[in-house]
Amino acid sequence: MTEFTPFSAAAGGLLIGAAAAVLLLGIDRVAGISGILGQALWPDAGEDRRWRLAFLAGLPLGAALVALVRGPLVTDVAAGTLTLVAGGLLVGFGTRLGNGCTSGHGVCGVSRGSPRSIAATGVFMGVALVTVFVVRHVLGAGS
Amino acid sequence: MKPLLVALSSGTLFGAGLALSNMTNPAKVQAFLDVAGAWDPSLAFVMGAAVAVSAVAVRLHGARAAAASGVDARLLSIDARLLSGAALFGLGWGLTGLCPGPTIAALVSGSSEIALFAAAMLAGMALHHFLAAGRGSREADSRPQPVATS
Repeated sequence: MTEFTPFSAAAGGLLIGAAAAVLLLGIDRVAGISGILGQALWPDAGEDRRWRLAFLAGLPLGAALVALVRGPLVTDVAAGTLTLVAGGLLVGFGTRLGNGCTSGHGVCGVSRGSPRSIAATGVFMGVALVTVFVVRHVLGAGS
Repeated sequence: MKPLLVALSSGTLFGAGLALSNMTNPAKVQAFLDVAGAWDPSLAFVMGAAVAVSAVAVRLHGARAAAASGVDARLLSIDARLLSGAALFGLGWGLTGLCPGPTIAALVSGSSEIALFAAAMLAGMALHHFLAAGRGSREADSRPQPVATS
């Protein structure tokens, strides 16, 4: 279990929103991370991978800056090896099939009022809630 | 040069936001998803604040938004691809507490578990890319062409 941290959560959310604002107003792009990653690796015709690689490089850089000030990042991973591999495959395949993840649909798409993104966010949130419920309270794994 | 600096700044802000809000910790994400257990609503505050700021940017950006966002015609309807993709993503996210942004940001922690998840995630993306490429070559004439964006 983790502590409820409304202030650092909202502050982090403001930074994430600012990141989306910088990308949209600066270069007319949506900060959808699964799409940026997919297009950086296998760009469609006419797509530029350089700004995408620059954006992706910023993610660990920003996390490292926070870690410098506040101490090392905590990454408590409850999932075992097989679950991590299966989960990674599902997240990678699913976000490309559904054209977005928590950032592209959940933050950017919802803030644009996109019906597709609102539908996708409802589905992935709902499935994730049910998944955690089944794993923890039906199968009884974890806390 | 300017686009690269804008993108790097945006990515850095994004990574800092994920780390500051502890969304780089899968246990915290799963605690949000565990409404029947020791629920931690923090993630809702992260998304709420992020959506609020982003919505202001969308308003400022105005009518250019839809055209410039790289959205093409086949991405405008709620279809089976969107919903099944979101469902598969939700399953993987619930199982692990990890999604693409926090995974890439948390690589800096040096955690071998995060690195393993990241490798599997890239494999999943590769699988989709090559399956879609195969489908695309068979349906090349019937697929709408992507809209070129700046």
